[in-house]
Amino acid sequence: MTRFAAPGEPGATMSYLPRYDHWIGGEWVPPAQGRYFENPTPVTGQTFCEVARGTADDIEHALDAAHGAAPAWGRTSAAERAGVLNKIADRMQENLEALAVAETWENGKPVRETLAADIPLAIDHFRYFAGVIRAQEGSLAELDDDTVAYHFHEPLGVVGQIIPWNFPILMATWKLAPALAAGNAVVLKPAEQTPTSILYLMSLVGDLIPPGVVNVVNGFGVEAGKPLASSPRVAKVAFTGETTTGRLIMQYASENIKPVTLELGGKSPNIFFDDVSAVRDDFYDKALEGFTMFALNQGEVCTCPSRALIQQGHYRDFVADAVARTEKVTQGHPLDTGTMIGAQASNDQLEKILSYVDIGQAEGAKVLTGGHRADRGGELAGGYYVQPTIFEGNNSMRIFQEEIFGPVVSVTSFADFADAIKIANDTLYGLGAGVWTRDMNTAYRAGRAIQAGRVWTNSYHLYPAHAAFGGYKGSGIGRETHKMMLEHYQQTKNLLVSYSPKAMGFF
Amino acid sequence: MTTPEVSRVAVTPAAADLLRELYAAHGPMMFHQSGGCCDGSSPMCYVEGEFRTGASDVLLAALHIDGVEEPVTFWMSAAQYGRWRHTHLTVDVVPGRGGGFSLEAPEGVRFLIRSRLFTPEENAALNP
Repeated sequence: MTRFAAPGEPGATMSYLPRYDHWIGGEWVPPAQGRYFENPTPVTGQTFCEVARGTADDIEHALDAAHGAAPAWGRTSAAERAGVLNKIADRMQENLEALAVAETWENGKPVRETLAADIPLAIDHFRYFAGVIRAQEGSLAELDDDTVAYHFHEPLGVVGQIIPWNFPILMATWKLAPALAAGNAVVLKPAEQTPTSILYLMSLVGDLIPPGVVNVVNGFGVEAGKPLASSPRVAKVAFTGETTTGRLIMQYASENIKPVTLELGGKSPNIFFDDVSAVRDDFYDKALEGFTMFALNQGEVCTCPSRALIQQGHYRDFVADAVARTEKVTQGHPLDTGTMIGAQASNDQLEKILSYVDIGQAEGAKVLTGGHRADRGGELAGGYYVQPTIFEGNNSMRIFQEEIFGPVVSVTSFADFADAIKIANDTLYGLGAGVWTRDMNTAYRAGRAIQAGRVWTNSYHLYPAHAAFGGYKGSGIGRETHKMMLEHYQQTKNLLVSYSPKAMGFF
Repeated sequence: MTTPEVSRVAVTPAAADLLRELYAAHGPMMFHQSGGCCDGSSPMCYVEGEFRTGASDVLLAALHIDGVEEPVTFWMSAAQYGRWRHTHLTVDVVPGRGGGFSLEAPEGVRFLIRSRLFTPEENAALNP
């Protein structure tokens, strides 16, 4: 077990600056209105730096830089762009521990996750898009002996990206890597809860990217996010967040006739069929871990398996074992490698989770474990910690229908296959799902019947590049983490060419 | 009509204070209750008309706040309302950081929904 020093402490792998400006045109640019906002760490609740509070003027400045850089960047060869992405990945690899500590300090998540998941996945993501852009081909169709249709991929130009706070660097990478690979320039707005880890990343890799190709403007949604999302100067907006802002971004896009990609969350079912408990073996142990995945990243994951559906035959024993497994989850200082669950990302997030614990109990759901704010004492006393919480209830309760975005799972039972699918699909969302069974026919049929973009089968919470991620129903539009995302950042140019010297014969 | 109208949405004194401040800066306002991840499951506060409601939305309340001339409308998508209709909502405010494009975020605070079940009497009046 290792305890990393906090940023800026003696022996720390990284330090944050006391103040961050915008990253525009390859340099640090102070905010037009000269205002900054405080950035607290959820680990202790204490402010550790201040950050530029951007407004429409800063967004315009960033768009100027992006439009200046986009034409040349869009004309670079795929090999050149892939080279830049690979260099970014290499630089991140060299600074993996520093980036992991930066991410943990700003977000509150345990460093074992940032070391083993967030940052390695981000590195691989750059490498993946460096690879697929080299392999992407246009097409040609021989329409007749003299006529050929050529299809070329062209970059959109300048795109806007609004990043969530739950995986600040990884979510930025999910959007940046395909956009850059496809030859676009980007204006990116991080979440105001986690504005600086991305800027720390830019401080490491900024010299590898032509000035103006990536621009980062911080600020509040209403002051900086809205001018970006509603700008007629962006060719596309990508957003990860919640449904009302997603709809608002679509409304702005409709005014400018621009496309959007949206990832808006879910209420993912995690289904455990009776045969999971047939033997107490490695697979049973893996399934219990799969249940406990609701606590990964403090539950602040769009695909949090926040509804556990457990078949009646093994319900009692499986739930007892799942409660025991959950009670073994170690909560503590996020910079301690032994810590499994850290702090919620913000105070309002903590308050929202507790408000759902209240309504869950008011609706008659039973708390099987947890259910309270966790007071960690000492320097962590001001941080935002919640006990991993298991509710038992039914699918019509609010805690089964709304995303709590905390370490809270709602458990219910089902009778048979049809009942499981009915409950699983009785939700407004369709982002993720989990299916656990030793019978691969059941697994296949369940996976196809669940209306969700990704069905983890005998697994959960894997996020490799080259497996498409995105939602059905209210969960959004588009598929990330796969080469198909390239086309969300590209135009199709058709050259329709006649090789015949003869007139067509109409006039 | 003698049956008193049952309130679906209430506002805490702290939230009313904040709405008065926001009204002074922005004018008439509306809420739209969000769902989904990140800042979801919380109400978003906009300048009235900023968010275009339509046939897929339900107007739960027009909140009368002392010192705010125009009622503050409270909307939710109809699909989400179908899952929430058995609960009474109270708009509260807590210290916080950010939240979509909601107007209060730059003030270092965040609107938050607290919920309770409707009483049998309220349910009878709302669903006769």
